[in-house]
Amino acid sequence: MSHDMSEEKLPESHGAAGEVADHVDPFADPGLPAHEPRRTDIDERAAKRAERQVSLMFVLSMLATVGFIASYVAIDPDKIVYIFPLGHVSALNFALGLTLGVALFLIGAGAVHWARTLMSDVEMPAERHPIEADDEVRADVIQQFKTGAAESGFGRRKMIRNTLIGSMALVPLSGVVLLRDLGPLPEKKLKETGWKEATPAKPVQLINMSTNTPMTAADIAVGSLTFAMPEGLHVHDEDFQQRIAKDALMLVRIAPDDIKDDKSREKGFDGILAYSKICTHVGCPISLYEQQTHHALCPCHQSTFDLSDGARVIFGPAGHPLPQLKITTDEKGFLVATGDFQEPVGPSYWERAR
Amino acid sequence: MTRNQNPGRAQRAADWADGRLGIYTLARANLRKIFPDHWSFMLGEICLYTFLIIILTGVWLTLFFKPSMGEVIYDGSYVPLKGVPMSEAYASTVGINFEVRGGLLIRQIHHWAAIVFVAAMFVHMMRVFFTGAFRKPREINWLFGFLLLFLGMLDGFFGYSLPDDLLSGTGIRFIEGVVLAVPVVGTYIQMFLFGGEFPGHDIIPRFFTIHVLLIPGIMLGLLVAHLILVFYHKHTQWAGPGKTEKNVVGMPLMPVYMAKAGGFFFLVFGIVALMSAVATVNPIWAYGPYRPDQVSTDAQPDWYMGFAEGLIRVMPGWEIGLWGHTLNLGVLIPFTLFPVILGAIAVYPFVESWVTNDRREHHLLDRPRNAPVRTALGAAWISVYLVMLAGGGNDLIATHLHLSLNAITYFVRIGFFVAPVVTFVVTKRWCLGLQRRDREKVLHGRETGIIKRLQHGEFTEVHAGLAPAELHRLTAHKQPNPLEAAAPIDENGVAHPAGVLTRARARLSRGFYGEHARIAKATAEEYREITEGHGH
Amino acid sequence: MKKLSARRRHPLAALVVLLLALAATGGLYAAFAPADKAQADVAAQSLAIDEGKKLFAVGCSSCHGLNGQGSSAGPSLVGVGSASVDFQVGTGRMPAQQPGAQVPSKQNIYSQAEIDQLAAFVASLGPGPVTPTKEQYTSTNPDDISKGGELFRTNCAQCHNFAGQGGALTKGKYAPSLEGADAKHIYEAMQTGPQNMPSFPDTTMPEEQKKQIVAFVRHTNSDEPNPGGLTLGSLGPVTEGLFGWIFGLGTLIAVAIWVAAHTTKAKKS
Repeated sequence: MSHDMSEEKLPESHGAAGEVADHVDPFADPGLPAHEPRRTDIDERAAKRAERQVSLMFVLSMLATVGFIASYVAIDPDKIVYIFPLGHVSALNFALGLTLGVALFLIGAGAVHWARTLMSDVEMPAERHPIEADDEVRADVIQQFKTGAAESGFGRRKMIRNTLIGSMALVPLSGVVLLRDLGPLPEKKLKETGWKEATPAKPVQLINMSTNTPMTAADIAVGSLTFAMPEGLHVHDEDFQQRIAKDALMLVRIAPDDIKDDKSREKGFDGILAYSKICTHVGCPISLYEQQTHHALCPCHQSTFDLSDGARVIFGPAGHPLPQLKITTDEKGFLVATGDFQEPVGPSYWERAR
Repeated sequence: MTRNQNPGRAQRAADWADGRLGIYTLARANLRKIFPDHWSFMLGEICLYTFLIIILTGVWLTLFFKPSMGEVIYDGSYVPLKGVPMSEAYASTVGINFEVRGGLLIRQIHHWAAIVFVAAMFVHMMRVFFTGAFRKPREINWLFGFLLLFLGMLDGFFGYSLPDDLLSGTGIRFIEGVVLAVPVVGTYIQMFLFGGEFPGHDIIPRFFTIHVLLIPGIMLGLLVAHLILVFYHKHTQWAGPGKTEKNVVGMPLMPVYMAKAGGFFFLVFGIVALMSAVATVNPIWAYGPYRPDQVSTDAQPDWYMGFAEGLIRVMPGWEIGLWGHTLNLGVLIPFTLFPVILGAIAVYPFVESWVTNDRREHHLLDRPRNAPVRTALGAAWISVYLVMLAGGGNDLIATHLHLSLNAITYFVRIGFFVAPVVTFVVTKRWCLGLQRRDREKVLHGRETGIIKRLQHGEFTEVHAGLAPAELHRLTAHKQPNPLEAAAPIDENGVAHPAGVLTRARARLSRGFYGEHARIAKATAEEYREITEGHGH
Repeated sequence: MKKLSARRRHPLAALVVLLLALAATGGLYAAFAPADKAQADVAAQSLAIDEGKKLFAVGCSSCHGLNGQGSSAGPSLVGVGSASVDFQVGTGRMPAQQPGAQVPSKQNIYSQAEIDQLAAFVASLGPGPVTPTKEQYTSTNPDDISKGGELFRTNCAQCHNFAGQGGALTKGKYAPSLEGADAKHIYEAMQTGPQNMPSFPDTTMPEEQKKQIVAFVRHTNSDEPNPGGLTLGSLGPVTEGLFGWIFGLGTLIAVAIWVAAHTTKAKKS
C-alpha cells in the first residue's frame, strides 16, 4: 500500500453543516480499500499460465492472418459454400471475415488478458486541479487584453473598425455567388412534364413500360394494373431518369359505375384512369394498388389514395390527390394523351398554386 | 543541454523528439494518467474505434467506387443484373461486392461499423445524460458529442445514398421532397442541390464529396477536441470509498489502459469483422439499380434515421394554401421536429443548470435514481424516440404481428403525445421508490434472508448493517434545496414582485429539487438513533 | 312461340336463359379456343366437368352458389377461368376458413386431379384465364432472370418487396411472401389478380414476360445464394438495425464489461 493512499483514508474534515461533533459521521468516506492480490500476483505458476495464454492468443492471431492471406489467394470470389446456419454464402467473404475477425479479436483479447492478469491492478488516485484560473491570473489576463486592445486602437479609431467590419461582412458574398452555378433556376420546370408535347392535334401515345408498345383500350382489363410512359421516351435516353421521375403513369380500369368522381371519369376513357405514379407527398413511385378497394398505397410513407374517387387522399401524410392525366384514343384505337397534367406532379412546393 | 551520457537507442530517439516537440513535458502529465474502470466508460471507446474502422475501410472503398451517374450496361458476374442499364456508381458498387476480392467484406465492415457507431454514440450519450456527467465543466464537450452524433447520422445517410441502388435512390427522392417543402426557397435549393431536376447527374458525386471529405473532416476535428477535453477534464467517476470530487481513482494509462484501450480497438474491429462474415448488410445487388419509377416495399432508412422516418410517416397530410402558394406542413412539420426533438437533448445541460442555478463542478456521477426528474425527462425523451422508431417501421410491424397498418399509425400518433407523459410519471416514481429502498438499506441494513424466531414466537428476518464503504456510497449524493423566488429589493428598499422568468425558474426548481422529487436521504442522526436503539 | 312467351315469367326462366347463355359462350369459346385444345378428349373433359361440379357442390357452393353465380358470401365465378381455381384451391386459399381482411394461404386439401376437375367445372361457366402449361411458366433461357428482375421491380416489388418477401397493404391486408411459392401459382396470380392483387393480363404483360418474372422470383427465392451471410429476412434496414443493436452493440458491451471488470481476487471476500 503506497503512502499517499493512506492519506485518502482520512475522514473528510468538513461534515454536513450543524453536525454534532461528538460523533464521527457514520457515512464518512472510509477511504480507498486496501489492494487485494489476484492469483497471478501471488502464485508464480498462475502468472506463467496467464503468460502462456496471452502468447497463445497472439500466436493464433498470427495463424489467422496467414489464413486470411491464404484465403485471399486461394478462394475463387464466385465460390459459394453452405455454412450452417448462415446458408449458401460466399466462401471468400466468410473465410476472409472469419480469419480477419479472429486475428484482430485475439490481439485485443491477448492485450486485455495481459492487462487484467499480469499488469498491476493497484487502483490509485490522482488529484484533480481546478479548471478555473485563480483571481490573480484572471486579473492579469484581462489587463493584458486591455493593454493589447488599447495599443491596437480598435476602440478609438472608429473608421478602421467600421470599415474592417464592413469588408469582413462583404467578403463571404464571393463564396455565396460562386455557388450560383450549382444548378439552373426552377422557372417552370416543376410545373411541366414530358406529356406537355401532347396536343389535341398531335396526341402522344401511352407506352406500356413492360412491353414498350402502345395499348388499346381493350388491352386494359378491369382490375388490372399497367405502368406507362410517353411515346418517344427510351430507357437509354440521357435524360430518361429525369423524365420518368415526372412522366410515369399508373393505369387502372374501374367499372364506370364504381367511379365516384365525375371529373375523374371524364378524364379517363371508358373507365381507364391514368394517374401520375409519383406520390404527392415526397415523390415515391406509389403503386401498391388494391384492385378490389381501388386504394393505392405508397410503400414509403403509406399515403393512401382512392383511385375510384379522383385519387383523393384517404390516409397518410400526402396533402393532395394524385394528378390525373386526361386520356382518350387515337384513330388507331391506341390510348393517347392530348395534353399535359393540369397540375404539377409530385411533391408540393412553395410556388405550386393550391 | 547535457543528458545521460550513454542513452540507449530508443531513448536517443525520444531525446531527439523532445528537443523538437517537447514530448517529455507532455508525457509527464499524461503517461501515468489515471482512468477509472467501469464498463459504461468504454461506450465512448466503441464510438471512437468504430469511427476509425469506418475511416480505414472507407478509404479503401474510395479506391474502387466510381461516384458517377453515367449509364453503363452491367456485364459482371451477378446473373440477375446481366444486361441491365445502371449508373456507374451502382455498377462499381456491385463490382466491389462480387469482383474485387475482399470487397464484400470491407463494404460490410464499413456499413456494420456505421450502424454500430451511431448506436454506440446514442448509448454513450444516454450514459452521460443519466449519470449527469454533462454538468460543469463538461457542457461544451457534451455539445461536441451531440454534434458528432448528429453529423454521424447525417454522414451515414449520405453514405448509404451513394451506391445508387433502388433503396438509396428512394431515400434521395425523399430528400428532394423535403427540400421542396421548404417555404419560399425550396425549389431553388432543390435545383442547386441536384444541379437541375431530380435526379440529374450531379447528386451522387456531390454527396460523395460531402460523405468522404466535408463531414468526416468536421467530425475528425470535433473528435479530437472531444478527446482533448476528456483528457483535460479527467474522467468522471462513481461515488465510492476513496473517491471524491477532488480526485480520480483508477489505473494508469501506461501500461494498463494502453493495453486495455488499445486491445479494445482490436476487439471491436474483430467483432465487426466477424459480424460482416456472418450477416449481410445492405444487399445492394438484390435491390437493383435506382429508377425513379420503381420502388420496393420496406423502403426504410438505416435505423438512426428511423426516428425521422416515423415522424414523416405518421404526420397527417396537412397542406395549406397561402395567396397562391402552398405550405406543405405535412412534410415541413416533421422535418422541423426532427432537429428540434434531437436538439432538446442537446440543450438540456444548460436548461438544468439554469433551473437549479448549480455553478459547482461535478466529477462524481449521479446515480440516475438520485436525479429523478432528469432521469424521468430522459426516459420520456427516449419514449418519444422509440415510438417514432416504431412508426418508421409500421409496415413491418403490421406484417409480422398481423396488425392493421392504419391502426399502428393511429396508435403512434397518440403515443407521440401520451408515451412521454406516462413514461415521465412512471420513471419518476420508480426513482423515488429506489431512493426509498436506499434509505431503508442505510438505516436498517440489508435483508440477509435468515429468518429468526424470537422468544415470544415472532419471526423476523435478520438485517445486517452495511459496511462503511456501502453506507458512504449510498449517502454520498447531495440533495440541494430548490431556489426561492425571492422578491428583489431595489435601492429604495421597495420589494418588487419577482419577474415572470424568475418565478417560472423557481417553480421549475421546485419541480426539480422539491419535496415531490426526492426522498430525504438518511441522516447521521436517524442512523445513530436506530443503530443505538438496537444496542439498548 | 306462344308457349314460349307464356313461360317467359316462369321462376326458372332466368335460369334457363342463363344456362343457354352459358352454353352459348362456352360453345363460342370452344369454337374459338386453340385447335389442339378443342380436339382434346371431349368425353374426358365432360366427365371432369361433372366430377368438378360434384366437388364444387360440396366444397364451394355454400358461398359461391350451386352454379358459381355468387352470393353475399362469395363472388361470382363466372369467367374467372381455370387458372383462378387452380391458384385459389392449389394454394389452399379456397375454400376459405373464416372471413377477414384477407384470405390466407393454408394447407391444400384437394389432390391436383380434384383441382383440375373443379377448374374444368368453373371454366365451363364462362371463358377466363386458362391454367398455364409447364412450358408457359418454365424458363430455359438464362437471360430471363435479369429481364424478369427488371419487370419485377417495375410491376411487383412495390408490394412484394425486392426479394419477394411480401409487405403490408392497408387495413390489415398484405402482399404475401413469394418464398417457396410454386412457379405455376405465381404465373396464375399474375393472370388472374387474386383478391386485392391487380391482374397483369396477357394484353399488357405477354406470356413471355410472365415467364421471365417467374424465372426471377424462383431464382431469388430458391437458387440464389446469400453471399454476404445471413439475409436477416431480406427486409431492408429495419432488421439490419435490430441485428446491429442486439448482436453488434450487445456483444461489444459484453466485451467492454469483461475489459473493465476487476480481475478475480485470490482471496474470497
